[in-house]
Amino acid sequence: MGENIKINIQHLTRVEGHGNIVVDLKDGTLKTCNLEIVEAPRFFEGMLRGRSIFEAQHITSRICGICACGHTLASIQAAEDALGITPSPQTIKLRKLLLHMEILDSHILHIYLLAVPDLLGVKSFMPLIDTHNAVVRRALRLKKACNDVCNILVGRHVHPIRATIGGFTKLPTDYDLDLMLKQLTDLHEDLDETIELISTLEFPQFQRESEFVALVSDNGEYPLLSGNIGSTNGVRMNKSDYKKITNEYIVPHSSAKFTRLSQDSYAVGALARLNLNCGKLNPKAKETAEKLNLANGSNNPFLNTVAQAVECVHCLNDGIKIIEELKATGIDYKEEILVGANETSTITVKSGKGVGAVEVPRGVLFHAYETDETGRILNADIIVPTGQNLANIEADMRALIPTIRHKSEEEITLALEMLVRAYDPCISCSAHFLDVKFVNRRR
Amino acid sequence: MARPKVAFFDFSCCEGCQLQIANFGEPLLDILKLIEVVEFREVMSEKYAGTLDVAIIEGSINTTHAIERIKGIRDRSKVLIAMGSCATIGGVNGIKNAFPLNDIAEYVYGGDSEYFESIQTMSVHQVVKVDYFVHGCPIYPPEFVAVLKAVLMAVPYDVPDYPVCVECKLNGNVCMYDRGVTCLGPVTRAGCNAWCIGNGNICYGCRGMVSNPNEKGSIDVIRRYGLSMEHIINKLEMYNKCRELNPHG
Repeated sequence: MGENIKINIQHLTRVEGHGNIVVDLKDGTLKTCNLEIVEAPRFFEGMLRGRSIFEAQHITSRICGICACGHTLASIQAAEDALGITPSPQTIKLRKLLLHMEILDSHILHIYLLAVPDLLGVKSFMPLIDTHNAVVRRALRLKKACNDVCNILVGRHVHPIRATIGGFTKLPTDYDLDLMLKQLTDLHEDLDETIELISTLEFPQFQRESEFVALVSDNGEYPLLSGNIGSTNGVRMNKSDYKKITNEYIVPHSSAKFTRLSQDSYAVGALARLNLNCGKLNPKAKETAEKLNLANGSNNPFLNTVAQAVECVHCLNDGIKIIEELKATGIDYKEEILVGANETSTITVKSGKGVGAVEVPRGVLFHAYETDETGRILNADIIVPTGQNLANIEADMRALIPTIRHKSEEEITLALEMLVRAYDPCISCSAHFLDVKFVNRRR
Repeated sequence: MARPKVAFFDFSCCEGCQLQIANFGEPLLDILKLIEVVEFREVMSEKYAGTLDVAIIEGSINTTHAIERIKGIRDRSKVLIAMGSCATIGGVNGIKNAFPLNDIAEYVYGGDSEYFESIQTMSVHQVVKVDYFVHGCPIYPPEFVAVLKAVLMAVPYDVPDYPVCVECKLNGNVCMYDRGVTCLGPVTRAGCNAWCIGNGNICYGCRGMVSNPNEKGSIDVIRRYGLSMEHIINKLEMYNKCRELNPHG
């Protein structure tokens, strides 16, 4: 292609939500290099105003089908922070298990259905049904198992029913615990084969110094459900200061709010978490990280998919450990929560502000609410991982294009699509709040 | 016999109903033997522009562009299925209809709000003819299979038109009103096997209201338990706000 490249990918496929990639290289100068988000706005933050804080989880779960449990957990954390509720150790354990299942489920979806087809040179998993039937079956099996565990734990994975402010509306029986344990232990072989598959795939070689942001903590646990916010540039802040991390700003060519911290952009997600917390992975996952050459971190965004595979191993093994602990201690059913609890005033409402910061599959997610003395939401703010990654994706695209400009248009297009897909962007999530670009929308 | 050509299209939604289908596991491959999926943007790069035997629509309509797009899909589809609350009744996207449009856009997007074209949220059948409905947020997988079977056999599918309470009682759940909290089961269409109540939660009305809700009975219940009408209406608006645009919808 050389000095002049014009690429306009409308409605990028195999990502969640609607986005376009627009690149214009003229006489060797990059005029435009944008990831446009064209998802129709849904105004979730606006819709929350005036509703009961007890409804926030139910409504915000509907932001995203893939990260429904992640939004649920961040929403509950923010609400409990605002109401001054401290969850019980049992509740925290069950929430950690839920988050593990969500991350495992989402990573499997991304690895097999969204990323692997590119690496095997096909347009989707459909042709793989004939050529790689065992791989497709394994993917569907893994996905279903995560879903089945969520069915037991919270009623269903897409828009969980049992997880609420204060705890769970129904707690798993002894039989449920055994069932979940069996579902998960049966996955070892499939996951081992997944790691084998990943180790045989060839990922594009590309490096760019990025700042990585993820939750960090002082204890030995790989932080997912709670922690401070940290970065590879040495930043560390309390979650209540999340706005100082995200620093949303407007770029001249777009109304999309981007985020930056120490540099012009930063990345969140599996690779960011590994770069900050690799030493805290459980032994089996650490071994996997070494096998896949990620134990010392990486600056190659394409390897986010590999980092997801490492996290799959962590989530499966830690999930099993949690269930075994719950089996050992037994479940305290007195902790079951009655929903709509504000109606019978079993949970005291008060005015307050709260922040939830949770590592969901695509990176750290923030929910922040302010309530009045009756528990009604006055203000809501939600910052999703994909929104935080957009500026970094564009910076990567700008760095990548000069290195591949000699290639054909098809190859450049594919490379850019693969780069964007590697971040596993959840455009539905991001567009619902802040990142809709208007260049093509003004009529 | 050639397999019917089926395409999935997403409008404004969380795409969770598509995921419900992906979560079928290996049995999904059996379904794929009966239909030929020609377009499904979230998981496929293939595109198809021809006549469709079946179009499956997820999400609600909330931009003028979406109106044109859904009309185009309707024109080239023999059968159109609305899947999930956003498509069948507007769903949570309808909450925004409770606010003046410019007010809610300004709250979220500030000074840039004028660039985000948005119209009142509508369900799919408020814009084009819908042949089959799969209600729910998210869809209940057994019902999706039942509807797909009906479509493939070219017979109608009747959505249950009795309240969630019927299924709830059959499952032997303790009534949420007796536990002291409000539940929309008495006015909401059944068909989900009282999914939420079975899991210790209340019914939020995601499947839409039955066509002839027992208003007097509901008012009695509300009085007996000393609840305010405003409280119930507020709860109903979580999923059913779009109903106001077309009372028969």
